[in-house]
This record gives sequence, C-alpha cells and structure tokens, in this order.
Amino acid sequence: MTEGSEIKIPLSGIGIRHKASSSIAIIGNPNSGKSTLFNRLTGLRQTTGNFPGVTIEKHQGTAQLESSAVSLVDLPGIYSLDGSSTDERIAIDVILERIPGTEGPNGLLVVIDATHLYQGLYLLEQILELQLPTVVALTMIDAAAASGISTDIERLQAALGGIPVYPVSSTRKMGLDELRLGLARIADSPVPPIPASWPALSKTAQSLLQQLDADWQRVDVIQALLQTHPGHVEKLEQQLGSDTIGKLRLELFGNAPPAAAEARHRYRWAKNVITEVQSQAPLYLKMRARLIRWTNQPWPATLLFFGVLLLVFQAVFSWATPMMDAIDRASSRLGQQILTQLGDNALGSFLADGVIAGVGSVIIFLPQILILFLFIIILEDSGYLARASFLMDRVMRGVGLSGQSVIPMLSSFACAVPSIMATRVIPNRKDRIATILAAPFMTCSARLPIYALLIAAFVPNRSMGWLNLQGVILFGLYLLGIIAGLGTAFFLKTSVLKGPKPRFMLALPEFRTPNLQTIAIKLYDRIRIFLKRAGTVIFSVAVIVWGLAYFPRMDTTHFETPTTQAELATQEDVEAARSAAQMSQSWLGRLGRVIEPVFKPLGWDWRVSSAVIAGFPAREVVVAVMGTIYAVGSNYDDQSLAEKLRAVQWPDGRPIFTLPMVLGLLIFYAWCLQCAATVATIHRETNSWRWPIFAWTYMTGIGYVGALLVYQLGSLI
Amino acid sequence: MTLADLVTGDCAKLDEINTDDPGVIRLMGLGMIEDITIRLKNVAIGGDPLEIGFFGGSVSLRKEQARHFKVSRIAASD
Repeated sequence: MTEGSEIKIPLSGIGIRHKASSSIAIIGNPNSGKSTLFNRLTGLRQTTGNFPGVTIEKHQGTAQLESSAVSLVDLPGIYSLDGSSTDERIAIDVILERIPGTEGPNGLLVVIDATHLYQGLYLLEQILELQLPTVVALTMIDAAAASGISTDIERLQAALGGIPVYPVSSTRKMGLDELRLGLARIADSPVPPIPASWPALSKTAQSLLQQLDADWQRVDVIQALLQTHPGHVEKLEQQLGSDTIGKLRLELFGNAPPAAAEARHRYRWAKNVITEVQSQAPLYLKMRARLIRWTNQPWPATLLFFGVLLLVFQAVFSWATPMMDAIDRASSRLGQQILTQLGDNALGSFLADGVIAGVGSVIIFLPQILILFLFIIILEDSGYLARASFLMDRVMRGVGLSGQSVIPMLSSFACAVPSIMATRVIPNRKDRIATILAAPFMTCSARLPIYALLIAAFVPNRSMGWLNLQGVILFGLYLLGIIAGLGTAFFLKTSVLKGPKPRFMLALPEFRTPNLQTIAIKLYDRIRIFLKRAGTVIFSVAVIVWGLAYFPRMDTTHFETPTTQAELATQEDVEAARSAAQMSQSWLGRLGRVIEPVFKPLGWDWRVSSAVIAGFPAREVVVAVMGTIYAVGSNYDDQSLAEKLRAVQWPDGRPIFTLPMVLGLLIFYAWCLQCAATVATIHRETNSWRWPIFAWTYMTGIGYVGALLVYQLGSLI
Repeated sequence: MTLADLVTGDCAKLDEINTDDPGVIRLMGLGMIEDITIRLKNVAIGGDPLEIGFFGGSVSLRKEQARHFKVSRIAASD
C-alpha cells in the first residue's frame, strides 16, 4: 500500500480474491504442525484431488496475500528425501517433479517444529539441494517456550545462509502475517545458498555438474552419488564411468553406506547449529509433564490404551445408535410416503425401495463412521496413534507384522475402506499387503445389523453367570474375526509374503492438544472420501439389487389360482404372499434357486441364498433383502422380521433357521468378504487385481467351510 | 555395552554404530548418530520395543536394532 493513498482499506478486508501466481509446496517432518499451518494460511479455500496415477489425496489450497495469491500444496510429512513408505515417496516425487503430468512447485515452504529443530534442519539441508526459492516457518514457538527452549532466529537465519525464517504459532495465530509477506515474495527470491552441512559433497556435485549436460539438476547428481535414486545412479555411471563415480564415492563415504555417511555429516552440522541458536533453561517438570511421564510407563500406558479403545468402541456403537435409528425411520417413512403418493408401481417401487433405500443404506453408516473418524483424527493429531503402535508392537510381532499395522486393523472395526487406506504408512510392501488382507476380517459396522438380527431372533436370551448368552455370541464373533485376521497375516507372512523380519522404527511425537480447525477439516475430508469411495458402490448395489428383485414382474392372473386363495384368509396375507411369490420368480429368486444346491449343505434354502447373493456386493443390504423376501409390501411393520424368520420352514415342515444353521450363517458373515467397496479399495491400494481376487476367494472360501462345519457338526448334536 | 542393555531412565552417549543393518541406517536418518547423548525414556511391556529420546524428540526401535548401537552410560537418572 502506498504512503500517499487517502483511504486505507486492507485488501483482505474488501474480499478481493486474487488468482494464484505461483505454486508453493509445504514440506516438513510428520507432526511438525504442517497441516495446521496449511489450514491457517488457506482457510477453507482448499480442494482435495488425486495426484495422477496414484491413490494419495492431493491437498491444495490458495493463500490470499496482500496483493497476490499463491497456491499451496500440503504434502505428507517426511524425515528425509529417501523415504520408503507410499506416503513419503509421493511427497518426494512431487517436490522433485517426478510425477508425470504435474508441474513441480516454484517455491518451497519448509515447516520446522522448534522443539524438533534437529530433525527439521536435516530435512531442510537435503531440500536446499533442490536450489528452489525456500522459506522456513518455525512452528510450535510457544510449545518450545513452555518447555524452556528459546531460539535465536537471527542466528538461525545466519547459520542457514540467510534463508528467511519466520517464527509462527498456528494456535495463537502469531507470525502468520509476516509469513504471508515472505510467501508473496517467494517467486522473486534468489535461489538459496548451497547447504553448508556437507561441503565435500557439495564440491563434488558442483564439479560433476560442470562435466554433465545441462539437463542434470544438482539434486539429481547428489541423489545419484548417494544412491537414493536408482535411475539417476545408472545414468550418472553411464555418462561418467562407474570407476570414476566409484572412486568419488570412496573419497566421500569411505566404507560406510552413503545414507549413513549423509546422516553423520548433516546431523553433526544440525547438532552444532542447535547448540549455537537454541538454549534450554533448566525446568521443573510441570504437573502435566509428570502425569504424561507416569502414564508412559509400560503397564499404565497399556491399560490406558485399552481404556481408550473401550471408549472409542463405546462411542462408535452406542452413541451412534439413536442417530442410526432416526435415519432408518426417516428413510422408511419417506419410502412409504412415496409409495402412497405414486402407487405400488415400478416407478414408486424404484424410488422407494431402490433409490431411497439405497441412499438410506449409505447414510446409515455415517454416524458410526463420523464418530470413529473423529476419534481417530483426535488420537492422530494428539500424537497418541504412534504411541499405540509402540505399545502393541509386541503383539503384532507374533504374527510377523509390526506395531504400524495396529491402527489400520483397529479402524477396520468400523469400516475396512479407510483402514486399508491407512496402511500407506507401512514402509514394507509385503507387510502392507498382509495388513490389507487381514483388516477386512475385523468385524466392521456393516456386519452388525445381521449379527443383531440373527442373535436376537435365535440365540436364547439366557444369562450365564453374570454374562448373557447373546452377548457372549456377539463377543465370540468379534473374536473369530480377530483370530482369522491375525491368522491370515501369520499364514501370509510365513508363506507367499515371506520377507525379512519387519523392523519397527517410528518417531514418537509428544502429546499435544489437537487443533479444532484441523480436526474439522480432516473430518470433512475423510467423510467426503468415504462417501465417494464406499457410498457410490453401496448405492449402485442397492439399486441393482432392487432391480433384480423387482423384475421380471409376476403374471398376477396366474397367481390368483383357487387353491392358493382358499388357504389365505385376509387381504393382507394375500399381499404378503404375492410379494413373496414375486420375489420367488424374480431374477434374484431364480438366482437363489440356481445357487441353492451350493448352499444347501450349510442348511440354507433358496431365500437365504438369494439374500446372501444380494449381500455379496455390500453385506449391509442383507437385512433389507431378507425383509423383502419374507415380508415385502405394506405390512412390513406388522410382524417383525425376526418372528418371520423363526416361522419359515422347509417344504417338509422342518424349521430352516435352526441354531446350528444360524451360527453357521453368522460365521459366514464374520469371515466372508461381502463388500465391493473393500474389493475396489484393495485394488486401488495394491495397484493389482491379484490381491483383491485372492482376498475375495480366500475369505469366501473359509467363510463357507466355517459355516459348513458348524452346521453339519451342530446338526449332529 | 549396547543400547539394548540400558535401563529405563539411563542417559548414554552413542559411541559406535554398526551400519550393516538397513534398519540401523533408517534410524541414523532420524538422527541417531555417533557422539549424541540419548536417554532410554520408556520400554513397552516385556522390555521391547524401546523409546529413545534425544534433542527433544523420541524414536522407538526394537532391541534387535538397538544391539547395533554401542553406548557408554553417562548417568542413571531418576
């Protein structure tokens, strides 16, 4: 703003939106406050897309500056440029412009946590090799001050060769205006100085660059020397001879692996910088710190972990119930209304039983998913998830995995889709696939309605001491899922996915109070992804299943034969019988009959078989399909489904739903992979069809065998 | 003595690191290099994995990798 202007209105105050002139990537260690800063800078002007060809979400936003705007890209947190997990690799590929079809950033915002300057400086030094305009945001300034650490910004800036360093506190919104000014200037900033942490490497890279063609970047030469990028290694050795390069490597690294030499040089430098710029005042541990220290001891920490788990499960399953019931009631009432308005014809049935029921079957999961995500995000943001992995590593070791598989497996108790996506943090691909294949065994919320229906209808409500038989069966089903999941991981890790023993190396962040804005944005984001990924699949399946059950229409004249009419007393019974007869000759019913011989050894008739087939794309529709098969039409509410199920018989009068058959059916549901959304997610995340097909066949197979054994053995008793 | 021999609360200096184990190199990439002072902050039930603190941060590792770090004890704190 010029001095002479008469009226001074800050541009941000009159709502002018500038178009982004340059793009800046935000890079930093995990838990460095990177995402919170991103949210503070962009507000709600952000979009989430995908990087081309990969499954990782791309978080992009626009930061409005004084007289311009920049586009910011938030990348997954990394510790170095040679990261090994999917998440880390994407961050590296973006800043090194290795993703085809995407342009690299014009500038970099490196976020360093003032309380973790050591690891932040290491990453910064590697990033400076890119020679892109860079600014540093030093976050957690207040947290550092609270623990007695003070940082001399001017000295730090000098030690970094003059790169602008902006101390900020996202929670107290301090220093953000200065940072915005720095970002506005980034496009015109000079390239940063050559990093000072490893002069010998810099010198070698410089002299090599002079011998090479112009298309070589400095960072590529360095990554070729350090052997972090195989492609560049090969190219460099081809152009300059592997002997020359070998000799240079020997001079630079001696006999140590290049990565070890790099850590030694750059961290030694970081250590010296810290002693120069930071001072630690002696500090008495505050109450909070003492409490945390006490709870981090082995036993209290483990007990606390189970307490947290209990709280999350309690919340997911009991807090969500009223909301779920309300959604259920609302959607069936809406369906009824549409049927009365439009009449019982194809259009009315399509809207009521297809579209409304389909949408209903998606949003009915929202309360649980919302609560689960909320808890996971809070635990993640507060730093507790890493702690949980640490505590549970030992358990996972038993099946050949590490603590990093714990979080995906736990999320799976609500829904396998987000849990499979959460395996991206696992560095080893074999460990990751084993976790992906184990996770869908955990009892997800979609299995609960069928569990609840069958248990309530067929397991006697009898108390066993202070336990209740129904509760014991439900618990047993959860246990069966866990056993099968861990067993699968063990089986895979000792056979097809056999590999080196997984290592468990994880930075453990301190506990921090999570930021509300970050939680809200993350929650919105994950819900959106869930609705997009799982919702579309569930909805389409519901409509297809409706079509299979509705067509072809029955010839009504054929139905009204005297024999049938004579046995039925009231008009309502006629209606119900007509619906059942329609279902019987629908595509779904025909499919059920065709497949009945396959399921007959499990004690299922064609109706159960039809419902199971309908459930293969999405298991949660099973209860609704059973409702249709046994009591579709206006009198759905007159008799509960459970009572109807108890009454159904084989043609010879034996009941179909016997206890062994029900227990077998429950086991089938516990183990079978009846979820197209999960299959699709496994395909996306493993980037192959082999693993989703394997998962489906394997899970269906053991579900079938389990149900067969229980039914056949149970019927003998 | 190695990192695996420390007791919770011990402070020690990292003397020598065996870089033959790829996991050890990853830990070095997180900042565990020679001559820094570390503290064994916690262990999980059963004594494994370990939580090692240095320069304000913490990393966790299994005993298997901890054996590759030779240390000299500075002080038994707490």
